[in-house]
Amino acid sequence: MPETGEFLEVSIWREQDGDGHFESFQVPRRDNQTILDVVSWVQQQADPTLSYRFACRVGMCGSCAMMVNGAPRWTCRTHVQKVADDNRLEIAPLRNLPVIKDLAVDMDPFFDKWVAAEAVFEPSQTRDDPMAPITPQDPMRIAASDAIECINCAVCYAACDVVAANPDYLGPAALNRAWSLVNDSRDDGQDARLKAVSGGGGCHNCHAQQGCARYCPNELNPTLSISGLKRATAKSLLGWGQ
Amino acid sequence: MLNLHLYMAQRLTALIMAPLTVGHLAVMIYAVQGGLSVAEILARTQGSLAWFLFYGSFVFAVSIHAAIGMRAIMFEWLGVKGTALSSISWGICLLLLVLGGRAVWAVTFAGAGA
Amino acid sequence: MIRPHRTHALWYAFLLHRVSGIALALFLPLHFYMLSLALTDPAQLDGILVFTDLLIVKCAEFALVFLLAVHMFGGLRLMALEFLPWSPRQKTFAASAVALAFLISTSFFLQAM
Repeated sequence: MPETGEFLEVSIWREQDGDGHFESFQVPRRDNQTILDVVSWVQQQADPTLSYRFACRVGMCGSCAMMVNGAPRWTCRTHVQKVADDNRLEIAPLRNLPVIKDLAVDMDPFFDKWVAAEAVFEPSQTRDDPMAPITPQDPMRIAASDAIECINCAVCYAACDVVAANPDYLGPAALNRAWSLVNDSRDDGQDARLKAVSGGGGCHNCHAQQGCARYCPNELNPTLSISGLKRATAKSLLGWGQ
Repeated sequence: MLNLHLYMAQRLTALIMAPLTVGHLAVMIYAVQGGLSVAEILARTQGSLAWFLFYGSFVFAVSIHAAIGMRAIMFEWLGVKGTALSSISWGICLLLLVLGGRAVWAVTFAGAGA
Repeated sequence: MIRPHRTHALWYAFLLHRVSGIALALFLPLHFYMLSLALTDPAQLDGILVFTDLLIVKCAEFALVFLLAVHMFGGLRLMALEFLPWSPRQKTFAASAVALAFLISTSFFLQAM
């Protein structure tokens, strides 16, 4: 990429063993530069001790998610020219997760909540049984498919203020997957799942701020899914079960 | 920290209060004309079973609804947890029930017959 | 300064709903206490009600009516979001709640003047 001659003022969060602060770097501005390009340039040319994550660098894996100017984004899919006002950038680790080092966060709490929400498929049959006849036009299948493309990047989790305020809140991603499984007619774990999302960290804490839907790079809508969970749990309470 | 039961109580009281609130807004817009006075208010409400039931159920529902709403806010924004959270929430519910009940009684059947 | 990830319409709708709820919850005990004066000290209540002729009090009442109406319409918006089939017009509903509340509180204010 040709250099434009301009420089970006980039503030990058540095943290090790709980001590955190922003550090400034001057990064040459290039055409078609992404935030991931910026971070990589810093690590390769300016400070090799900078820790960060990426993998596919083409917007498929979700590993490069970070806070860019206060918003959670995939850095490989965020063009500098779209977000840099006055050539200034602020890059920080994803919100709402513990920081391991610099821009790399500990994803364990995110995945622990995924399991706690019973967002895990429970088989009702074995490989020896015939395949379940599910048509693509089945409304439940459509609902499940609408929510299925989550790649666990934790952008929604970082965007959510309820996650920030309530340490027990299972979060938009886990609840979104739970909803897709509620709509999976092959699944056998519905009772446990509805119970798992009805506790103090459950779906009823969602305030429909819809930051999750705003920032999801796969254009999913966890608020929609969580509303589905609210309906499903309400129905099971009132005895109008499925 | 809202669980299914608190959530349902919150939503059900909200549904109950929707028509009551519309009614109250209508009453306010009507009653505010020409200024407010005790005599004018009591002339409408005193001895009225209908107003007693209307505002009585409003007070009951809002005591539950406001307490649960404040519970969520205290937890999320003030970090109040555990027994303190439950006690304060119940306190808010009881305060609104008692004060509201007194107010409803005061404008309907208290001093009736006088 | 609102943090960047919050600067969108539906987050402001959440904030308005929450703040209106807090304001109403704080106002209610005062409101109930005042009304119960009709029983214990009607003369004092009449004395307080005289203040409602002041413009600043009428403006405060306008604000309260707005907060009540916007909290109700916002709440109905939320319950529709949760219990009715999803609509892509979320921002429209949020804006409509504010507009309707403004309409009602302005009607009140005009009657109060």
